[in-house]
Amino acid sequence: MTTPLLEVDDLVVEFPMRGLVAKPFRALHGVSIEIAPGETLGLVGESGSGKTTLGRAVLGLAPVRGGSIRFAGEDITRARRSRRRELSRDIQVVFQDPYSSLNPAMTIGAILEEPLRVAGVSRREARDRIRELLDQVQLPVDAIDRMPRNFSGGQRQRIAIARALALRPRMIVCDEPVSALDLSTQARVLDLLISIQESTGVAYLFVSHDLSVVRHISHRVAVMYRGEIVEQGDAVQVTDAPEHPYTRRLLMAAPVPDPARQADRRRERERFLAEVGGR
Amino acid sequence: MTESAVSAPALAPVTSGGGLTRRLLREPMAVGALIVFALIVLASILAPLLTPWDPNRAELSDVLAPPFGEHILGADSAGRDVLARLLYGGRASLLGALIALVVALAIGIPTGLIAGYYQRWFDSLSTWTANLLMSMPGLIVLLAVISVLGPRMYTVMAVFGILLSPGVFRLTRSSVMAVRKELYIDAAKVSGVSDVRIIGRHVLGVVRAPLVIQASMMAGIAIVLQAGLEFLGVGDSTTASWGQMLNDAFTNIYVAPTMLVWPGLMIGITVGSLALFGTALRDAVQGTTSVGKRRRPQGEETVPAPVEVVAESIRPVAEGAPLLLVEGLRVGYPAADGGTTVVVDGVDLRIARGEVHGVVGESGSGKSQTAFSILGLLPVGGEVLEGSIHFDGVDLVSRGRERELLRGSRIGYIPQEPMSNLDPAFTLGWQLVEPMRRHLGLSRSQARTRALDLLDRVGIADPRRTFDAHPHEVSGGMAQRVLIAGAVSCDPDLLIADEPTTALDVTVQAEVLDLLRSLQAERSMGVMLVTHNFGVVADLCDRVTVMQRGRVVESGTANEIFSDARHPYTRMLLDSTLEDASVRPALTPTEAGR
Amino acid sequence: MFFFLVRRVVSGVVLVFAVATITFLLMSLTGGNAARNILGETATEAQVAAKAAELGLDRPILERYLDWLGAALHGDFGTSWFSREPVIESLANRFPVSLSVVTVAVLVTAVLATVLGITAAVRRGWVDRFVQVFAVIGFALPNFWVALILVTIFAVTLHLLPATGYVPITTDPGRWALGLILPVTALVIGTIASTAQQVRGATIDILERDFVRTLRARGISRTSLLFRHVLRNAAGPALTVLSLQFVGLLGGAVIIEKVFALPGIGSLAVNATTQGDLPQILGLVVVMVVLVVVVNLVIDLLTGWLNPKARVS
Repeated sequence: MTTPLLEVDDLVVEFPMRGLVAKPFRALHGVSIEIAPGETLGLVGESGSGKTTLGRAVLGLAPVRGGSIRFAGEDITRARRSRRRELSRDIQVVFQDPYSSLNPAMTIGAILEEPLRVAGVSRREARDRIRELLDQVQLPVDAIDRMPRNFSGGQRQRIAIARALALRPRMIVCDEPVSALDLSTQARVLDLLISIQESTGVAYLFVSHDLSVVRHISHRVAVMYRGEIVEQGDAVQVTDAPEHPYTRRLLMAAPVPDPARQADRRRERERFLAEVGGR
Repeated sequence: MTESAVSAPALAPVTSGGGLTRRLLREPMAVGALIVFALIVLASILAPLLTPWDPNRAELSDVLAPPFGEHILGADSAGRDVLARLLYGGRASLLGALIALVVALAIGIPTGLIAGYYQRWFDSLSTWTANLLMSMPGLIVLLAVISVLGPRMYTVMAVFGILLSPGVFRLTRSSVMAVRKELYIDAAKVSGVSDVRIIGRHVLGVVRAPLVIQASMMAGIAIVLQAGLEFLGVGDSTTASWGQMLNDAFTNIYVAPTMLVWPGLMIGITVGSLALFGTALRDAVQGTTSVGKRRRPQGEETVPAPVEVVAESIRPVAEGAPLLLVEGLRVGYPAADGGTTVVVDGVDLRIARGEVHGVVGESGSGKSQTAFSILGLLPVGGEVLEGSIHFDGVDLVSRGRERELLRGSRIGYIPQEPMSNLDPAFTLGWQLVEPMRRHLGLSRSQARTRALDLLDRVGIADPRRTFDAHPHEVSGGMAQRVLIAGAVSCDPDLLIADEPTTALDVTVQAEVLDLLRSLQAERSMGVMLVTHNFGVVADLCDRVTVMQRGRVVESGTANEIFSDARHPYTRMLLDSTLEDASVRPALTPTEAGR
Repeated sequence: MFFFLVRRVVSGVVLVFAVATITFLLMSLTGGNAARNILGETATEAQVAAKAAELGLDRPILERYLDWLGAALHGDFGTSWFSREPVIESLANRFPVSLSVVTVAVLVTAVLATVLGITAAVRRGWVDRFVQVFAVIGFALPNFWVALILVTIFAVTLHLLPATGYVPITTDPGRWALGLILPVTALVIGTIASTAQQVRGATIDILERDFVRTLRARGISRTSLLFRHVLRNAAGPALTVLSLQFVGLLGGAVIIEKVFALPGIGSLAVNATTQGDLPQILGLVVVMVVLVVVVNLVIDLLTGWLNPKARVS
């Protein structure tokens, strides 16, 4: 086993609530995960499970209360701002909403240039790199001078991926990157992410509510429920033969696109629910 | 299906957006207002060149001299030239407004930026202070200031600037807070962009336009207020100003009422030009000018690119009177160029009694537009251009009145997003009772009993509590159950469900699908189920219609579509589902070691 | 709801206290020699000193402040330095006049703006344009100037309405109303259209909400939809605007009163400030702020009653 790229150990995240006496809201109750270089860990769960919070904590965007986050052996749990900025070379992000994640007032060129310029890349080198990036995400080079509003959801998501790739990071946190996209676009963006991983060796922390999406892109899968990881393991094992009742419930709840098999799954689910008593 | 075959369509043409300034310069109203305002500014600066008279020189012989004599606009009660006072007076008003504006912006913008961006204690403190300033009776405060400092108008206007600053603060703060939630700010943070740079590049640009609008309004308010103070007689009587002139005119209102006109007009035109500029700018920002009620479309139609036709993909249906029959439906929206954008282009749909009919397609396929046409609830501007919709033999397109009667009684509707589809101001029970009383003629208590039964039927554990709850007090899954209860409350024959489970979690979706299935079986309703999810289709539907770019590409029974899809688009969609896609094996050490 | 109310009342009390304190300190620290002002230029130094002692001006500022505060808490705002009248009495005489003008103006604004705003939102077209043009004109013309023009036309030239004067409603409601027509008209010209624009915006916003479509799909009648659901949801923003208008109208009334020679707080305020009459100004400021706080509280309560979600936040 190689040394993990990312190690999250017993992480606790709490959001302060409004008001003086209000108790803080605990979004994560001691979560532990590991990601190896070049690996995809799929993080699956329903709304309020804390999956997005875990991703944001790794990015330094959520208030960590306890536990630790180590990246390439270094403790970055409470990294200072200056260190965080350096970390941006290594850890990047692709968000869910392709509309809000690109500044509508900036050209695609300016959007892609920003991380490069901040990292001290010269304007000329940045231009070259941007061409390379657009090529990598299969967008035409003349996209540079256009505004985000000229692109469809899938194309915007490609631009967001290009921005994440700009500094050649070692890990990308993908927060529901395809859930706002149409079915066919979704499949193409996932394939793009996989091929980028194969060519660059980047690791993904892939957050999604959709088990079939996670199953498609992940090497390993962790299932979250109410701020905790209830099951974690190889993708095949977790998605085909889950052990935890919640994972099983999740799996059986997702309808299969085939009438006969869906009828089976439905019966199976009814049987299961009768066993565990409704919930 | 390879990447290139269905690859992302060619990029949309670059829309001529341009900078805000350029867009603004294309608005005749904005340009006109700016020119007028600039002329007034120029006239007051160049006053010595425009009139030979000293605004303060009093000539006893000229007291209340009539206009068009030696004095073009006459002279006032002290024999001073009205035109000269008007021109020089502009200086006092404009400078006063400028001072107030600069002070307000200098205080409001930085505090608003910091409070909105960093929030925490500074936000609480500054918001509290802003509320304090806003509750002060402004005029009384200014009068108090004058009593302390004497009639120094520019100082007074600076204090007024402080009183105006909460407006700037609040605008800046709320704009920043709105931007701060945008994901591109998070993305910039993750990219290592510093806060100063984020504010400079991403935040300031958003705040700029609203601030200019607010500033033009505030300048107007300041001019009026200054004139008001001078009119009250607490101003500086040694310099000419529009307010002083009004004060003088007021004392002579019975002798020379026309003297009221000039200073009033000057104030009106100056403030009016500022207001018009602000309005024009707001329209330019929002990209809308108020359009009147649209007449029938005149221009050309823009029709979506044609879809490939595969003859045998539309399978024949057994004859007999269907519950719903849509034939040749075309729906269009007015386009910016005066033409019509067609979003539904010749759709045929046939739903039998008791049949669950799935309408599947991606975004832009026109599936929801078709559903809204049946309900007669197309968004503003949308219009059925052609075709017919027959419900149980009644043509819904030509007989709008009957359709209104059918809506809610014989045709039920389940929306997509549960929360936004409930009126936040009314209890859930009220929203259930109101339509039942109208359609079924029930009394209040009868309707209440029925509503409680329905809530129980849709699987709500404590119907009474839910009945009295407001929408924000229940979960999304519960809200969707309430909406379903509402849709079936008047025993409809047809249920139109527009992506009824898309906004729900998977486990809740499964429960809602169960509920829909059992309700449908129990009441043998016809159901039109609009969805993009083939799993949902497989779970519920008897028949399926697949749409692409406003047209039907394939229809048949669910089994036919899933096992024998004939249209390439249907096949592509089915291939895109990930259910049976390969699972990646665990990473081997060698692979990981690269 | 209860805590919401308590919180608002507490913050209102704090606000009144803060404004009173600031005004007191500012005026006491920077004000000129009040005793000299009262006695005039001819008074001797000794007379001035005696006067200052009489008014308590020779005592430390903190002591004076605490004295004033203690008395004010019991409803005693002292006596005017100039007229010798108890402040509370002059306020009691003057405020009803200004309040009638402002209250009537707010009510007229509320009713007409709601009708205009909703019509503009539903019908668009010329009503919409009318409201827009009217708003710009109403904003651009100072209301005291409009008042002057109205006086010139209706009182001086046509002799249709009284130019000046005020009759208490208790004396003769008819003449009270007649006297208010011109002042109220002058005031509302600036507020109706701008409020109507807010109502229009809020209505359009609500009309485009999903739940309106769902309600229509349930077969709710158009009247019920518009006047029950849309209006209730749009009322929040409209009420907020109205509360701001109220504060603005109080200021506007001060100036308007001069035109119509109404015995309201306007002339009281102008006289008190030109003379530096500290007790009088403090009394005015405190009552004004209390009024604003009360109005805001009422508006908050109304909003909370209309829209239960607002109660939580």
